[in-house]
Amino acid sequence: MIYNIPYIAVAALVLIGLYALVFKRNLIKLVIGVVLIESGVNLFLIILGYREESIAPIYTSSPGGVMSFPVPQALTLTSIVIGVAVIALMLSLVIHIYRHYGTLDVRKVRRLKE
Amino acid sequence: MNMPDYTIPLVVAIPLLGAFLTPLVSRINDKLRNVFVIIVLALNALLVFLLASDILTTGIKTYVFGAKDLTYPIVRILFEVDAMSIFMAIISSILVLAAVTYSWAFMKENTGLDKYYTLILLLTAGMLGMVFTGDMFNFFVFLEITSIASCALIAFWTDVGESVEAGFKYIVISATGALFVLFAVALLYGQYNALNIAQLSSVIQYTFLDKIALVLLIVALAMKAGIVPMHMWLPDSYGSAPSTISIVLVSATLASLYGVLRVVFTLYGNALSTIANFDISVNVFIGWFIVALAVISIIVGVTMALIQSDFKRLIAYGAVAEIGYMFLGIGAGLTALGTAYGRTALNGGIFHIMNDALDVGLLFLVAGAIYYATRERSLDRLGGLARNMKYTTAFFIIGLLAVAGMPPLNGFASKILIYESTFQLNPILAIVAILCSILLLAVFVKVFHSAFMGPQLPKYKDVKEVPRSMLFVMGVIACIIVFIGLFPEFVINNVVEPAANALVGYSEYVSQVVAGGI
Repeated sequence: MIYNIPYIAVAALVLIGLYALVFKRNLIKLVIGVVLIESGVNLFLIILGYREESIAPIYTSSPGGVMSFPVPQALTLTSIVIGVAVIALMLSLVIHIYRHYGTLDVRKVRRLKE
Repeated sequence: MNMPDYTIPLVVAIPLLGAFLTPLVSRINDKLRNVFVIIVLALNALLVFLLASDILTTGIKTYVFGAKDLTYPIVRILFEVDAMSIFMAIISSILVLAAVTYSWAFMKENTGLDKYYTLILLLTAGMLGMVFTGDMFNFFVFLEITSIASCALIAFWTDVGESVEAGFKYIVISATGALFVLFAVALLYGQYNALNIAQLSSVIQYTFLDKIALVLLIVALAMKAGIVPMHMWLPDSYGSAPSTISIVLVSATLASLYGVLRVVFTLYGNALSTIANFDISVNVFIGWFIVALAVISIIVGVTMALIQSDFKRLIAYGAVAEIGYMFLGIGAGLTALGTAYGRTALNGGIFHIMNDALDVGLLFLVAGAIYYATRERSLDRLGGLARNMKYTTAFFIIGLLAVAGMPPLNGFASKILIYESTFQLNPILAIVAILCSILLLAVFVKVFHSAFMGPQLPKYKDVKEVPRSMLFVMGVIACIIVFIGLFPEFVINNVVEPAANALVGYSEYVSQVVAGGI
């Protein structure tokens, strides 16, 4: 059970993020939803590479023993960097929307209709 | 012509480097910058064409980053280009080149054009990377590059509320979609310790987790391809962006469509059965799922297009219907994989990718020309433009007939393949497809009538024909449309058939990388 806690955390983060995306009305909360999903996915990548009792994968200063797997950590770093760019872009768009409409409520920001 | 292997990364690297040079060149002179961007993209298109002629004669090419040879297990990123990838690269190159040439006159009065061109070049690099890469994580990275660049371009006119709104909608959709792609990649990586598409494909077991990954990948990528019921961002984005960006977005959407094809046919190629037995197997299940989505897309796209009064939103809904036709062909081809008509359907679906890009692209350019001349997007307030804009009218007629699938234009050439093959799968599909095609014709005839026909409106008395550079771009695309319509066999035999072969013969893709094949 104790080993499954990270996976439960992943599921919880992704689901809470999806909930925020679907049901929340505030644009900032939508952005937070995306951030939560992103954290969940990043956490998932990290725990995939973790082995029991393992140490950080730095070969030159290793005291011996099991190392955790470095590739998922590299992937996560890339993903975090991309995430920063996406979130920054989203927030800048939120600023623009607020300037145009004077509100962050998605129900009022709806000039584009079907 | 035999191209060296390093041409493959060059095709992605040239627009990327060009993107970072553009702001510098822009400091010197605006005209110089426009010439520079066009030269960069023309050079890139030339390389793509040379690479295409090479790949179509000699087969798949790979390029490994940071190593001379492949060693097993593969930990390096590699680009793997087969006939399908190069087919998509050709389409993207043509559309982007058309867009930047058209931008010269169309965007002249805008400020911030250095950023505009930089983003277009970044978007090009992202799209070409998506179609060339042989690595799932790398695919995700290029997907994100494409999304970020296209989002910024959709919201380029930040002084208009609608553009910013559409941009925000797009980035939320695409960021979520991309994160689910990453989640699926992590699921596959956790099981097989591999990120390489070929290597994954050779070991995939089609376990329960793989099924979840498949669903996530298909749904996320189909969402980015704009298929109903995940199409709501598409009309907003296409409609609110500048016209030139709309046609670049068409090719970005098609790159996501390529992702669906690569995932289903190559990554999960092992799980597909090539003998068409209609038990509940992967083919039939996924195939019918895609066919169902496609039919809904066609119907929704056409009926929503009927009621639009905004020119560009109308074309965008037409584009949703066209994407439906592609997915119809591909889904039918997947359901009946291994039969002769399944093969025809796949050919038709792939051929339609190219035709849709050209037809919808031409229509968007015409919409842009009308906006340039009149500053008006609503069909209710347009009228009588044929008197002053003869050439634009002619190009619109070509685009309209092509998109509605009228012979002898290219839309007909691919739609007839889709009709005849889906009829053998299930007659109802073909009937719906044909009926909706006729409705699409009705939609565009209505547009033609309200925008170009009728009495001359007093406020449009002094409307002039658009500048020659814009006419030239529309003319070139119209010529390609007519050419493909008159000689469809030429294109099918030389480009479409090899691309379909590359999709079906996934083992060749795998054996290029994994020694000994499967």
